Amino acid sequence: MTIREITDLVQGEVLCGEERAGDEVACVFASDLMSDVLTLKDVDNLMLLTGLCNLQSVRTCEMSDINYMLVVRGKEVTEDMLELAEDNDMVIVRTKYSMFKTSGILYAAGLPPVY
Amino acid sequence: MDFTYHVEGGDFTNAGSTSSQVKRMLKKIGVSPEIVKKTVVALYEAEVNIVAHAYRGDIFVSLEDDRVTIVLSDEGPGIPDIDRAMQKGYSTASPKVREMGFGAGMGLPNIKNNSDILNIKSEVGKGTTIEFTNFFFAQ
Ligand SMILES: Nc1ncnc2c1ncn2[C@@H]1O[C@H](COP(=O)(O)OP(=O)(O)OP(=O)(O)O)[C@@H](O)[C@H]1O
Ligand SMILES: [Mg+2]
Repeated sequence: MTIREITDLVQGEVLCGEERAGDEVACVFASDLMSDVLTLKDVDNLMLLTGLCNLQSVRTCEMSDINYMLVVRGKEVTEDMLELAEDNDMVIVRTKYSMFKTSGILYAAGLPPVY
Repeated sequence: MDFTYHVEGGDFTNAGSTSSQVKRMLKKIGVSPEIVKKTVVALYEAEVNIVAHAYRGDIFVSLEDDRVTIVLSDEGPGIPDIDRAMQKGYSTASPKVREMGFGAGMGLPNIKNNSDILNIKSEVGKGTTIEFTNFFFAQ
């Protein structure tokens, strides 16, 4: 499923990396615990679904080689987060939906968990 | 080649900037993506630990032909029981640290899983030194 399709499903908006919105997402991991995200081994085309919205969630993606991030509950994404994301060719999508609702929608649409 | 960086305790805005610079450097000299990832994941966990648990610290990165060795030396409260701190789930992180998405008690086990050689020394009331080495090619 492409980032564009995911964005539409959750009535979200692409905040940065618009030009990569056609990229295919292979699986999703949902977590607010950054050390948990940092244990992931196979992150090819993985999207991180998170309610944690700060510089460290973007840094965690940077260190983990995760390129796609979906922020739930309409949290504020700051300028320095966007800058860091752009430096790392990341796409950040934001939705107003909750973590549970977003997970349910994406799971029902056929996106698999990482494990 | 040797490099030195400085980290301030409590400074969550800059936490990870050393890891970020080291990542770029390792990529530039052609280290494989898997080794870059495991090295910077271990480094980032250790860097965040200084920010989260110590007062200040220095990070020394030493590059050799076949390996990278990283030493993180901090001034801080130290770790009274290292074996216990290495257990998954053990954490004394403050509410502020938890708000930043850390404090799961998984960092030290993560560092162990992502390093080839790991040494931790700590003195209560003084500080902690973590040293790890990763080889660029399978040993
Ligand atoms: N540099 C340090 N100085 C003092 N205490 C430390 C240091 N690093 C770790 N500790 C202690 O060891 C505990 C476990 O560390 P670990 O990195 O595994 O978990 P955490 O930092 O609490 O949470 P997480 O890393 O999952 O976000 C910490 O909660 C803290 O008590
Ligand atoms: Mg930690």
